[in-house]
Amino acid sequence: MSDHHHHDHDHSELSETELRVRALETILTEKGYVEPAALDAIIQAYETRIGPHNGARVVAKAWSDPAFKAALLEDGSKAIGTLGHVSRVGDHLVVVENTPQRHNMVVCTLCSCYPWEMLGLPPVWYKAAPYRSRAVKDPRGVLADFGVQVAKDVEIRVWDSTAETRFLVLPMRPAGTEGWSEEQLAELVTRDSMIGTGFPKAPGAPS
Amino acid sequence: MNGVHDMGGVDGFGKVEPELNEPVFHEEWESRVLAMVRAMGAAGAFNIDTSRFYRETIPPHVYLSSSYYKKWFLGLEEMLIEKGYLTREEVAAGHAMHPAKALKHGKFDLGQVERIMVRGKFARPAPAPAKFKIGDKVRAKNIHPATHTRLPRYVRGHVGIVELNHGCHVFPDSAAMELGENPQWLYTVVFEGRDLWGADGDPTSKVSIDAFEPYLDPA
Repeated sequence: MSDHHHHDHDHSELSETELRVRALETILTEKGYVEPAALDAIIQAYETRIGPHNGARVVAKAWSDPAFKAALLEDGSKAIGTLGHVSRVGDHLVVVENTPQRHNMVVCTLCSCYPWEMLGLPPVWYKAAPYRSRAVKDPRGVLADFGVQVAKDVEIRVWDSTAETRFLVLPMRPAGTEGWSEEQLAELVTRDSMIGTGFPKAPGAPS
Repeated sequence: MNGVHDMGGVDGFGKVEPELNEPVFHEEWESRVLAMVRAMGAAGAFNIDTSRFYRETIPPHVYLSSSYYKKWFLGLEEMLIEKGYLTREEVAAGHAMHPAKALKHGKFDLGQVERIMVRGKFARPAPAPAKFKIGDKVRAKNIHPATHTRLPRYVRGHVGIVELNHGCHVFPDSAAMELGENPQWLYTVVFEGRDLWGADGDPTSKVSIDAFEPYLDPA
């Protein structure tokens, strides 16, 4: 390891990786490439503004509004763009619908591609070897790891995100939610249900 | 490249372990790495395909034993050194020692943050008509480029059906090597689980990839 005496920190509390990351940020800042306050703002956005609540609102809207659902399945980016207030979604978002005949699941076997604007940053398991390696070969086994069972006569469709296209699963609306508002419905939509590794919460289930 | 990153269908990695109430970041340094990658990319130091390629070229034993953001960090540091934005000497010293290299889009400051909250656009005008139409049978080429590709190994040589046409997009295989955007048609191609994995494959599963036209032959 290199000399890191330029930091005013107690070295014994910092890991080697932490020291190296701090050193890189120091260099990038001193060279005038980045402004630390801008890095802070990026982090704050991912910690506060961008998360699965964005996707949940889109799903709840699709469950409540057939015209919006049709538009969403036709062109995900365009339909979400019309909502304005949800999230600034990028191009190339494809929404895939779960039906009684088909269950969709999304993976990126090559890296970690994921619809950040709709779901936030991906969880560790999504980016880790067990999910990336098995989702395409043994999707039902992977679903079992999540405690999820899909009936044997239902097709499992795995979408491997290998280009800049991003996929969002539109889960089926839970029974017993007739007359619910979009806000109430959004509470049932989980992140995993929009990846395809889970189902929405049942009405009345503990949150 | 046929690296360890190309994991589809590899056995032995064990069970998926979801984490209850997972935090956005597990360590503060992870958030700094994410922000530096986003900032330097937005400033024009590299494109998304180049950054993926640098992560793929991390030695296999290091790749497999490093956490996600550690891989991002290792890829970022090496890429910035090789592209001349910093030197190994500076990394060793932990300080800038040489003049900066000009960034295509200038310094990444607070005013730049909002524009990176939207994904980049990768669609490009078509240089030629599409070779394939929806419903066509296609075979994924048996190619093994030593450089970056987005054609996973597990589909190579297999026949699938074109299901969606996404239009023309930046071709990662060219962009990663800084050989230009070289836009190509992009299709969703669906494969039967049994075709990919043989008789042991789940007969009710189908797997799709997004395949650029140069990855495909008519079948």
